[in-house]
Amino acid sequence: MDMSSPLARARGHGASKEGGTHHWWAQRLTSVAMVPLLLWFVVSAVGLVGADLTAFDSWISELGNLLLMSLFILTMFSHIGQGMQVVVEDYVHSEGAKIATLLAIKGFVYIGGASCLLSIFIVAFGN
Amino acid sequence: MTTGKTKKQRPLSPHLQVYRPQITSVLSIFHRMMGVAMAMGAVLLIYWLAAAAYGPEPFARAQGLFGTWFGRLVLFGLTFSLFFHLANGIRHLVWDMGFGFEMPVLRASGVAVVISAMALTVLTWIAAYVQIGAL
Repeated sequence: MDMSSPLARARGHGASKEGGTHHWWAQRLTSVAMVPLLLWFVVSAVGLVGADLTAFDSWISELGNLLLMSLFILTMFSHIGQGMQVVVEDYVHSEGAKIATLLAIKGFVYIGGASCLLSIFIVAFGN
Repeated sequence: MTTGKTKKQRPLSPHLQVYRPQITSVLSIFHRMMGVAMAMGAVLLIYWLAAAAYGPEPFARAQGLFGTWFGRLVLFGLTFSLFFHLANGIRHLVWDMGFGFEMPVLRASGVAVVISAMALTVLTWIAAYVQIGAL
């Protein structure tokens, strides 16, 4: 006979298995941070429409732009990872496929984020 | 009509096909779809910045690619996705603080999200065309 409480039996069987609250809070944090970062990015991107590399270089070489672009990249790829994880946990039910997809997403956001950061640093500090 | 012999009709659990589309559910699904679309669109950001790191010609090629009609179409879609996800995301954050759950408010905020997303998208593209001197 199972003497554990209903809560104890339910624990650890949710979609995220553990750390759901922390994940939720972390996602709110990147959401709030994305609001000003997105608005800044849109204004910057509009300013770079049709720009050549010289114009892009002088834009990213400004310390404020380099800092905000770094924060934008870090926050955005974190937010993509968090959001896609929730989508996968909601719709992919087979354990193997779920872990494989989550690993692919993790790989995408880390490689993508690192590539973006490296690229802007090369332009800002290179040559 | 069901008789005692036929299988008892059990109530259906919430399911997309049996629900009449409402602004609440449609915007919720849109929020996810636009988020996933932008996650895929992040590949374009990776490509754009990498092209800049590779030099003037690759960067000019990337800029040219984004300037084609297809490139503009994709970027226009991503711009709307961005503003929709942003506006509806703020709506979500307000809910997280415990406000705006009354049905009239819920509908009004939904309409506000759609209108502001469309307005900001058009405004951004007007600004972009002004930037290149086409307007």
